[in-house]
Amino acid sequence: MTDPKIPVTEDELHAYVDNELPAERRSDVEAWLATHPYDDERVQAWRAMADALHARYDRVADEAIPRRLEIDRLVSQPRRWMMGAIAATLVAFAAGGGAGWFARGADAATSAFPSVTADALEAHRLYVVEVRHPVEVPGSERAHLQQWLSKRCGWAVHAPELGTTGLKLVGGRLLPGPAGPASFLMYESASGERFTIYASRVKSENTQMRYATQANDGAMFWTEGGIGFVLSGPDNNKDRLQQVARLVYDQTEKAGG
Amino acid sequence: MSAFRDDVESMIPALRRYARALTRDVDIADDLVQDTLVRALRSERLFLGGDLRSWLYTILTNLNRNRRRSLARRPQFAPLQDTAADASGTEAEGRDIARALATVVEDQRSVLLLVMLEGLSYREVAEIQGVPIGTVMSRLARARAHVKAFLDGERPALRRVK
Repeated sequence: MTDPKIPVTEDELHAYVDNELPAERRSDVEAWLATHPYDDERVQAWRAMADALHARYDRVADEAIPRRLEIDRLVSQPRRWMMGAIAATLVAFAAGGGAGWFARGADAATSAFPSVTADALEAHRLYVVEVRHPVEVPGSERAHLQQWLSKRCGWAVHAPELGTTGLKLVGGRLLPGPAGPASFLMYESASGERFTIYASRVKSENTQMRYATQANDGAMFWTEGGIGFVLSGPDNNKDRLQQVARLVYDQTEKAGG
Repeated sequence: MSAFRDDVESMIPALRRYARALTRDVDIADDLVQDTLVRALRSERLFLGGDLRSWLYTILTNLNRNRRRSLARRPQFAPLQDTAADASGTEAEGRDIARALATVVEDQRSVLLLVMLEGLSYREVAEIQGVPIGTVMSRLARARAHVKAFLDGERPALRRVK
């Protein structure tokens, strides 16, 4: 039995609000609050804070779960999607005790590459508006295009098949990149929306996928095997951009980077 | 699907809620949840029992800490915010609490959200953060005081009068 005359501490006030207070002490706290308006005001404020948090964030839990978070997709994935160098081993487990686990973070650097993305977006803006000469080699000469770009760039340039997202290869061109040549591929949908894939050698290893936006263009960028890839497209539909990026990503992986 | 996967799956909505409040950015939040899920699924055999829910919150909390560390080294790479994504009916109140959260330091914000939003016990939060319960309580007290001061100062005209 606790003594109601023992002053209620700040810790007890918190514990009271969070239902962590021993049951027998609750009435003491309630009696205390009735005669201590300052503490009572704080307790009310904390409760209002919790209400505000729920009002603001509970609906996130009610949202439809994005496809990329579906368990089946994550399980069937051959490797991590959108995970970068952060993906170094992160979780360590310790046996023993009831809990039997702990997790700790390993420090690892992700490396993005703003200059490549800026170059890619610039090229995207420059060429998507081009009607007569958007590319140097047309998509009808896909094999030749890939061979030529691979030879000039020094890695295997593969023009992914994006037909499942309604995009058809318009063609490609060779561009100067920040550190050597860059390959530039353009795709177009039946409705005329254009996406481009810009790839250039970068120093960083594999990184997390990032999103950037500039003017009305959006870009998803990531690195894979020393090559930086930037998928640019209209910025009005980010899901669409991600969907295309994923398709490109999956195919560049198959091609061995 | 295994029971383990079912259990992990059932936690996705709550993890998304926590991540969103923690980062206040839709994409970063879902990246964190995705990384958390991938990690958890890969570690199924390493999971030795205990509380799955706490374990998932732990992974997410640690991933976020790493993310912030790497961002701190290269602030210019901070992912661009999706400004359009978070409007809602409770905007006036929502914006205030979101802005208030932004001013709370990471560890305190994490405690505040795990206790107040996710409903975890002090003990569970202590395990998640790897600190004694006393530390959890002092972080919670500081976070609450900070948010309250921010909200009081932010909108004195709207302060509740009972």
